[in-house]
This record gives sequence, structure tokens and C-alpha cells, in this order.
Amino acid sequence: MGAIATAAVPAARRELAKWLALGVSLATFVLAAVIAVRFDPDGDRFQLTESRAWIADFGVRYELGVDGIAVVLVALTALLVPFVILAGWRDADPAGGSAASTQSRWRPTQGFFALILAVEAMVIISFLATDVFLFYIFFEAMLIPMYFLIGGFGDKAHEHGEEEAARQRSYAAVKFLLYNLAGGLIMLAAVIGLYAATSDQLGAGTFSLQEILQARGNGELELSTNTERLLFLGFFFAFAVKAPLWPLHTWLPNAMGESTPPVAVLITAVVDKVGTFAMLRFCLGLFPEASDWATPLVLVLALVSILYGALLAIGQRDIKRLIAYASISHFGFIILGIFAMTSQGHSGATLYMVNHGISTALLMLVAGFLISRRGSRLIADYGGVQKVAPVLAGTFLVGGLATLSLPGLAPFVSEFLVLVGTFSRYPVIGIIATVGIVLAAIYVLVLYQRTMTGPVTEKVAKLPDLRVREVLVVAPLIALLVGLGVYPKPLTEIVNPAVEHTMSDVQKTDPEPDVTPVEAAHE
Amino acid sequence: MNPVNYLYLSALLFTIGAAGVVIRRNAIVVFMCVELMLNAGNLALVTFSRMHGNLDGQIVAFFTMVVAAAEVVVGLAIIVSVYRSRHSASVDDAALMKL
Amino acid sequence: MESLIGLLVAAPLLGAAVLLCGGRIPQIDRTGHWLGTVLAFTSFVLGLVLFADMLGKDGEERALQSHLFTWVPVEGFQADAAFQLDQLSMTFVLLITGVGSLIHLYSVGYMEHDERRRRFFGYLNLFLAAMLLLVLADNFLLLYVGWEGVGLASYLLIGFWQHKPSAATAAKKAFIVNRVGDVGLSIAIMLMFVTFGTFAFEPVMNSVGETSEGKLTAIGLMLLLAACGKSAQVPLQSWLGDAMEGPTPVSALIHAATMVTAGVYLIVRSGAIFEAAPDAQLVVTIVGAVTLLFGAIVGCAKDDIKKALAGSTMSQIGYMVLAAGLGPIGYAFAIMHLVTHGFFKAGLFLGAGSVMHGMNDEVDMRKYGGLRKYMPVTFVTFGLGYLAIIGFPGLSGFFSKDAIIEAAFAKGGTQGWILGGAALLGAAITAYYMTRVMLMTFFGEKRWEPDANGEMPHPHESPRSMTIPMILLAVGSVGAGAFFDVGERFVHWLEPVTGFEHGHLPEGLSVAMVTGATVTCMVLGVAAAWLQYGRRPVPAAAPRGSLLTRAARRDLLQDDFNHVALVKPGEYLTRGLVYLDHKLVDGIVNGTAAAFGGLSGRMRRIQNGYARSYAVSMFGGAVVLIAATLLMRAV
Repeated sequence: MGAIATAAVPAARRELAKWLALGVSLATFVLAAVIAVRFDPDGDRFQLTESRAWIADFGVRYELGVDGIAVVLVALTALLVPFVILAGWRDADPAGGSAASTQSRWRPTQGFFALILAVEAMVIISFLATDVFLFYIFFEAMLIPMYFLIGGFGDKAHEHGEEEAARQRSYAAVKFLLYNLAGGLIMLAAVIGLYAATSDQLGAGTFSLQEILQARGNGELELSTNTERLLFLGFFFAFAVKAPLWPLHTWLPNAMGESTPPVAVLITAVVDKVGTFAMLRFCLGLFPEASDWATPLVLVLALVSILYGALLAIGQRDIKRLIAYASISHFGFIILGIFAMTSQGHSGATLYMVNHGISTALLMLVAGFLISRRGSRLIADYGGVQKVAPVLAGTFLVGGLATLSLPGLAPFVSEFLVLVGTFSRYPVIGIIATVGIVLAAIYVLVLYQRTMTGPVTEKVAKLPDLRVREVLVVAPLIALLVGLGVYPKPLTEIVNPAVEHTMSDVQKTDPEPDVTPVEAAHE
Repeated sequence: MNPVNYLYLSALLFTIGAAGVVIRRNAIVVFMCVELMLNAGNLALVTFSRMHGNLDGQIVAFFTMVVAAAEVVVGLAIIVSVYRSRHSASVDDAALMKL
Repeated sequence: MESLIGLLVAAPLLGAAVLLCGGRIPQIDRTGHWLGTVLAFTSFVLGLVLFADMLGKDGEERALQSHLFTWVPVEGFQADAAFQLDQLSMTFVLLITGVGSLIHLYSVGYMEHDERRRRFFGYLNLFLAAMLLLVLADNFLLLYVGWEGVGLASYLLIGFWQHKPSAATAAKKAFIVNRVGDVGLSIAIMLMFVTFGTFAFEPVMNSVGETSEGKLTAIGLMLLLAACGKSAQVPLQSWLGDAMEGPTPVSALIHAATMVTAGVYLIVRSGAIFEAAPDAQLVVTIVGAVTLLFGAIVGCAKDDIKKALAGSTMSQIGYMVLAAGLGPIGYAFAIMHLVTHGFFKAGLFLGAGSVMHGMNDEVDMRKYGGLRKYMPVTFVTFGLGYLAIIGFPGLSGFFSKDAIIEAAFAKGGTQGWILGGAALLGAAITAYYMTRVMLMTFFGEKRWEPDANGEMPHPHESPRSMTIPMILLAVGSVGAGAFFDVGERFVHWLEPVTGFEHGHLPEGLSVAMVTGATVTCMVLGVAAAWLQYGRRPVPAAAPRGSLLTRAARRDLLQDDFNHVALVKPGEYLTRGLVYLDHKLVDGIVNGTAAAFGGLSGRMRRIQNGYARSYAVSMFGGAVVLIAATLLMRAV
């Protein structure tokens, strides 16, 4: 899975590097598809496991395995990366084609695609890892290629010229790194703490998720309330930064705004999912009581994220930052679903991760096509694009509608599940979160109105419509959105058993309805 | 004679050397003061060796001498090359390390 | 038969898909409008087949169910893609596909010169599919899909001429206001799920009796909020007037005949909930009564022919909502008025479109006048629609509106008198503003003015493809009422689904008296309008008017209120938050970074580069270490 040979391709063979990267990512996708097919939803919790001793002295093992939630997310990652590569086809070409000086120093194109593949590999391993330490290593290591992707291949469109863009870019990259590193180090402390606790009580320390779960299940491992809470907070903080949860979110708009659109997709659709995924697997799985204790706080933060992200999205002048804030709002929904502790909430949150990945990818990539045509990220610079480039506008609208969770498209199913799941346990929070729906409509439609409709502005008049390569990127995403919106059953079938396991980890059952329904007379 | 007196002498020599390193500017003098400190250390080692009745201290003293000799070679070479490029043997002139 | 139900939705959906995705293929571009029209008619024919089949069965056994697939299977949460076709849905199916097909046909002529005609038909087909999904769904979640689907189609069609900023804004406004209503619907569904564990129609309605009234009231009010959004009822009515920016066939189909009546459908469909929650029911009637007056007053003041008709639509839907809030004595009449309104209002809009078509797209009625000689077919069909809407005895509006007014009085007590009175007053105002529209458009002097390009309009009759639908709709507006009313046919048709009771008028009122009062009110309204607009010439520029008129021209200040109460604070809030996010949240983080930066700057001074000072610190450190070691040993 970690075929990162792309970097070795010589500079003259730029095209070859691209094809190689595309090929590798497609191969990964095929592999992921095979995993998904071989995965048996009704079988054991973790399947296709693989385990090797790694650092034997500390009980660190190279342990991989998938449960229903992971398999879906791995599939998502493997699915999106080929699109990212395809969409970023030209992004890393040396400026102007003739700038020999930039070319001689290093090989930007190869580097770009190699880094993307590196990120993909690390994200997938994070999803697969069932060893806490292994997970931690890749959770952190992901930052390094991401840092270079943000800092090295930024978006050159900036209102104050290229130099300012470069400055902003390195600011964004450093901010990204520092935020996530801070979260990661706190998590490291918690990981070590967990190890210490296991070695105290089980005789030999272990990082293995399965062993710990088992030990907790049969009462061999008893954490005191305070220890558990502290460890939970340590883990949660790291994931909340990654996710990003209000008020730890400010790195995301910068990082997404300054990076190229494909990289922005990589950040929000793939890398951030590790955070929410880890909340579901590690926070809830390892520390059920502490999760329960922290639920009110987390729910409120998630709620604030939803509303705050949406309101800020309305106020943005920059297309990409707007999408970034919209994502913050969506991550609020995901976290809400996770901590609502109902099976609808969990299924919804998992589906939401997938659907949000696809819908944001679509919106961001189309926005990227738009921006690369006009060379500006400011909403005010556009207007009337619909008339000039109807296909571009149409796909942008579909992406926008998916973002506002229009029924019939995939995100609706997940958002509604999250809301229902939240509502059945916390009605007030559920109702307030519903307001987010209206706000989503406002920011999406305002964006669409300002960019796509109205009289054609002078600079927009010559914009070409989508090229074949771009349609090739966009069309499958739209097809997926519609397909999963109408028929999400394949996904839910994989996810449901895993959700049941998680529910039994946290020892919760769904609230019962007041009335046992009279069976509908289906003949 | 009480071997403790040698220790006093050693401490005195070390202090003189240390003061020289800190106060003097001429690189050569500073260098000599470093040698002085090393030798004060050697004296102390030999004294301890005698006091405890085994040879460990003397072995370390020999080791120190070898290191000091090597240091002299490298150190003098550096001083000479600094003097050639700057025409000064003052340690304060070579303050390039500061930010 | 069951499998036909799926096809009913699939036909227009296919049309939408082909027309919207196949843009690059020239054949589709050229013939797309006919494809769309044919598919709409296919749906209508399928509806007729199902209808004939239904007529062949007994009243109780007419409902059909068709389970397609399990949509969202999640632990404890079952959403199916399943259809249910009963008499209520059937009525809607016929109305939607029937009027829809006619309007497709009309649009072929109306949109002839628009280069994006294919897209227009694609959107229309999308609308038909979504609307059919809405009325055929057998659970609230699937209904929600259709509900938002029609919202989307309406958004796309209102903003069809998106190069006009006003159209784009109107479309956005419609969608957002509708979204507010949708929040109500989604909360209602969540409440149902929590209370009943399901949201399919049948189990929910069957177990209404087993839960508390408070919960039912909450569900009812949330459903009402949804209905208000979709059906443009006070307080969410502000989008309908602006929605007239869309092409006229759209106004006729979506914003008069079908989509805006979805709210009425929702209330009638969930009748069992409302009946068990009298408080919610009362609120429904109040909303209906307020809107019917509100819309009527707005309709009186508008000079834009389409906006006047939009006010009228609002008001007529107010009647329907009022009737739906009355319970079993009103449901059948609400739906009956809905159908007759579908005929005559669609006819009126198409007539207005025909007038605009002949007048270089002029919408200001003050610039019309004397058109009856130039557009005879339009005049006659519009005139019949006019007579129907004001409730001229014998035409369709008379039967349905009269029945609603009677039912309102029959509610009994003070409430009955107030609601009945409001409905009567509404009838008078309706007669007034419709007469005003009629007189200003077709009678009096010519007040034509050249359009923006300096061309004088040359009014002419519209092509056949436009007049045929108008004639058919006019026939419907004349005959439908009598047809439905004879032997209470319509009521018996719906009874198995909605239930029906005869209302009993309070003491001292008889059916004849109410009918007499209704007709009197109508005559008074017509007379007042004739005095003002028929006898005297209409001024070309609108007079300043009284305070009420001016307020009514501005939609009774609703927009201003929204602007001051919601939009402005919202803007300040978002701006403030953007500022705060930058300064405060980001500021704290950057501040921490800056603090570390400052600290390290200070620390850096120590590193002055003098080898001697390093030596000092080395010695100092050594001394401290030795001292510490000695101290430790001493202790």
C-alpha cells in the first residue's frame, strides 16, 4: 500500500510520474474494493487482521484490522485520492513551463504526487491500525507530508500578489503543523499513560486495542475515574484538533484557503476524517465512562461548531474559506452524531464522514476549476458564470445542494440520521442543530447567487467550460452522491454491525419510543 | 606531607585558570589558562590516586594529557587560522555565533 | 397496477435526467421540449389508467401500496421507499399531471424564443417527478424528499432567467424561506420518530390515540410551520410575490396550481394528528383566516398583474388551510377548492402570460387596457377564470368557496362567527381585486407604452399551443365545481381517506343565508371595483394612495419587517463573528505564539557570541551542580 516510488522518477519524465501516481492510487482503490467486498458485515468485529511484533520491548505490535466503520472510510480514501490526483494534474507543474531555475532545484511534480500518495498510505494505515501506538505514529507522521503539501504547493491566486500568497501559505502550513503537533503530543502523553495503566494491571503493557477492549470487558483492567477522564481528554484533544472542533478550528480555513484545491480536498475529506473516526473508535471504545461524562460538553461544542461554522461561512468573501467554514459546520454534525450515543447517531456520523468527503470534494474541486480559470478566490470577482459555463455552474450547484443536504442526495440521509439520533436523546440540542439546515441553505445559495448568476461580468466572459478531464473527475462524484442518496443500503449494511459493537462498548441502548407502533398492514 | 595540600594547590591553579579564561581576551592566554585548568585537574587526579592507593587516577591523568596534547594541536591551528583571517587574536572579535 | 405507480414518477424523472444531462447532443437540444411534454402526458395517461382501475373497486379497497426498496435501514430506524396511492393521492396525481401536461404544452409556445428551452423543460419534468413523489410517498421521510425536491425545482425555475439579479435573489429567497418551513417538517418527523418509533403514515395515524396531547400539538404546529413555508402562509408568505420573477408557466404550475398546495395536502394527510390536538387545529384555522385576508389586501394594491394574482393565490390557499383546520367537516372542501383553484388560477396565470406575450413582456397593468378586442380567446378564457374565482354562481369557485364558508360558520361558537366572517370578507375583497385586474387589463382606454427598446407593443392572439391549454383550463374552471358538487360526488370520493361529517350551522343561520351573503359580498366587491376602475379612466402612474395601500404595495411591510428583524441582525452577527474569529479565537492562538516569540527574543540576548560569557555560564553551571551535589549529600 505504501508504494511511494513516484519520487524517484527523473525530472524529465513529469508526465510519467503523474500516470504512475494515478496508477498506484487506482491500484490502491482496487485493493480497497477487494477488502470491502471480502468484508463480511455479520462476521467478527475485526477482520482481515494482521499482526507482527514491531518494538517487542514495549509491546508495540504492527496490528492491522478492519471493522465496518474503517472499511467504509478506507474505501472513501482510496476512492477520493485518484480524483485528487486527476484534479491536481496541472497544479504542480513548474510555473510558466520555462522557469528552469525552479525546476533545477527540485522536482515539484514528482514531489507533489509522491506526497499525496504518502498521505494516502498513512491515512489508510491510521484507519486500519488496531494498535494504539501504531495509530499514533501514523496519525502524527501524516503531518509531515501535509505540511509540505500546504507550504510547498500553495494556491497562487491571492489578492495581494504572489509574494503575499507565499507568506500566507507558509503561515498556514506552520499553523497547521503547530496545532496538530500540540494535539498529537498531548495524545502521546495519554498513549503512554494508557500503556502504564495496562502494564500495571495486566502484568505486561500492551497497546493492542483488541486486548485492551477484552481486558476492560472482563474486568481485568479497571481504570480509576480520574485516570480514565484524563486519558480520554488527552485523546479527545488531539482528535478535536484534527476534526476540527470549535474552538480549535482556526487552522482549517487557513490551510484550506492557501493550499491548492486538491490538497484542500485531501485535508478536509480524508485527513480530518481520521480525527472523527478515532473519536468513534478510540475515545468511545477505550473510555466509555469518561465519554459519557464528557458528552454534555462535547455536544455543546459540536453545536457551537455547527452554528458558528455556518454563520462564519455566510460572512466569508473567499470561496475556499467559505467551504472550509462549511466543513467545520459539518464536522460539528459528525461529532454530534458520535456523542449522541444512539445507533442512528453513530450510523449517521459514519455515513456523514463518507458523504461529506464526497460532497466537499465535489464542491471544492469545482471551485478549484473555477478559481484556476479566473485566478481569484474572491466571491466578488465572479458573477454570471452560469451563462458562460453552464456545465461548471451545474456541477457547482449539485455540489452546493449536496452541502446543504438536499434530500435525494447522499448527505441528507446521514444528516437526518444524525439529527434523529441526537433528537431522540437530547431534543433541545437536536432542535437547535436543525437551525443549521437553514444556515447551510443561506451560505450555499448566497455563494451560488453571487458567483454564478446575475449579469456576466467582464472578466468572466471568456471563461471556458469544463474540460473532459474535469468532467471525468466530477461526474463519478455526482453519480455517487445520487446513488448513495437513493440507495444507501450497501453502506449501512456494512456499518450497522460495527455500530452495534460500539454501542455495546459504551453500554448504551437506544431510547424507546413512547408508543409501540401498530404494525403497518403490508400485504 | 599531607596530600590534602596538593588538592588545595590544584584548586588554586584551577581557579586561576578559570579566571583567566573568563577575563583575558587574548586567545593564546585563554588557551594557556585552559591548559592550566587541565593540569590542575591532573594534579588532583594524581593526588587522589595516591590517597586511595590505586592507579586509576594516574591512568586518567595520562589520558587527560593525551587529550590535552590533541587539543593543543587543534586549538592552536584554529587560533592561527583565525589570526590570519582577522589579524587579531582577541576572542571577543570572533562573536559571529550571536544572532 | 402497483408497478404503474413507480412508472408514474419515473417518466418525468427520466425526462429530467435526459434533458439536463444530454445538453451536448444536438438532437436532444432541438426536440427536448417535445420529449418533456410527451413524458408529462405519459404520466397523465398512467394516472388515468390507475384512476379507472380505482373506480372499479369499492371505496374502502381503493388504496394501493407499492413497496420499492428499503431506503435507509439502520438499527431501530426504518425508512422505506414505498408508495401509497389512495383517493387523496389520486386527486393530486390527476391534478398535477393534468395541469402539468397542459402547461408543458403551453410552454412549448411561450418559451419558443428562449435558447435554454431544453433546460426549462428539464426543470419542469424534475418538478413533476418531485411533486408526484411528494403526494405518493407512504411515509413522511419520503414525502420530505419530494417536499424539498419541489423546492429545488421551484428554485431553479424562479431563477430561470438568472442573468436578472432580481430573479436570482427571488429564487434564493424562496428556497431559504422554504427551508425555514422544512425545519418544521424535519422536527415534526423527529418528534414522530421519538414518539411512535416510525414515520410511516399508517402506523402513525393508527397510534395517535396512545400518546399525550402535548406531543401531538407540538407535532401539529411543526407540520403547520412546514405547510406555511411551502404554501406561502403568514408568517412565511413573503417569497411568493417575488417568485413571480419566474417565467409565467412556472407561476401557473408551481406557484398557483400545485406546489403551493402541498401544505394543504400535508395538513389533510396528517388529519388524525390535528384532530387529536385541538390547539394546533385552532392555530391552523387562524393562520388560514389571517392569510386569506392578508393575501387579498396585497392583491388589491399590486399593479403588476402577476403579483396581483400571487396575492390572490395566497388568499385562496388561506381558504384551503382554513378549511383543512376545521377537521372532517372541512377536509373534503379544502381539497375540492384546491382542485377548482388549480383549474382557474392556472388558467388566469396562463391568460396573464398570454397578455404579457402580446405586450412585449410588460407586467404593469396600468400600461394595459382595452385588450379584449385584440386577444379574444385570452379575454374569454381569462374572463371565465375570473368569474370562477370570484364565486359567480354556477361556476366552480362558487361551489368550493361557498362550502368552505359554510363549514367555517359550522365550526360553531364565537370562533365560527369570526372565521366565517373573515371568509366572507375575503370573498368580497377577492371580487374587488379580481374585477380590478379584469377592468385594468381588458377594458377601458389603451394605455400602452413603448418598451425598453422603444417598440410599441402589438397585441396579438397567442399561438395555438398556448390557447388550447387555456381553453381546456377554462372548461375545467366552469364545469368542475358543478361536476364535483352534484350528489356530493367529490366528498364521497374522498371520504374513505379523510373522513367526512356534515357541519351544522349555528342557530339562526341557514345554508341559503350563507350562500346569499356570499353572493352579496361578491356583488359588493365587483361594484366597488367598477366604481373605481370601470367608470373612471385608470391613471397611468399609480396614485400615492392611503397608508394602507402603500403598505399593501410593499406586501404589508413583511419584507421590511424581515429585513429589520432578521436580515440586518444576521448580517451584523456574521460580520461580528468573522471579526471575532479572526481577532479573538485566532488572536488567542497567535498571542500565545507571540508570547513565546517574545520570551525567546529575551532569552536570545544571553547568547551574545562571546566565548568568555559562555565559559562563565559553564562555570556557573558547574558550581551550581557541585553545590547541589554537596547539599544533597549533606542532607
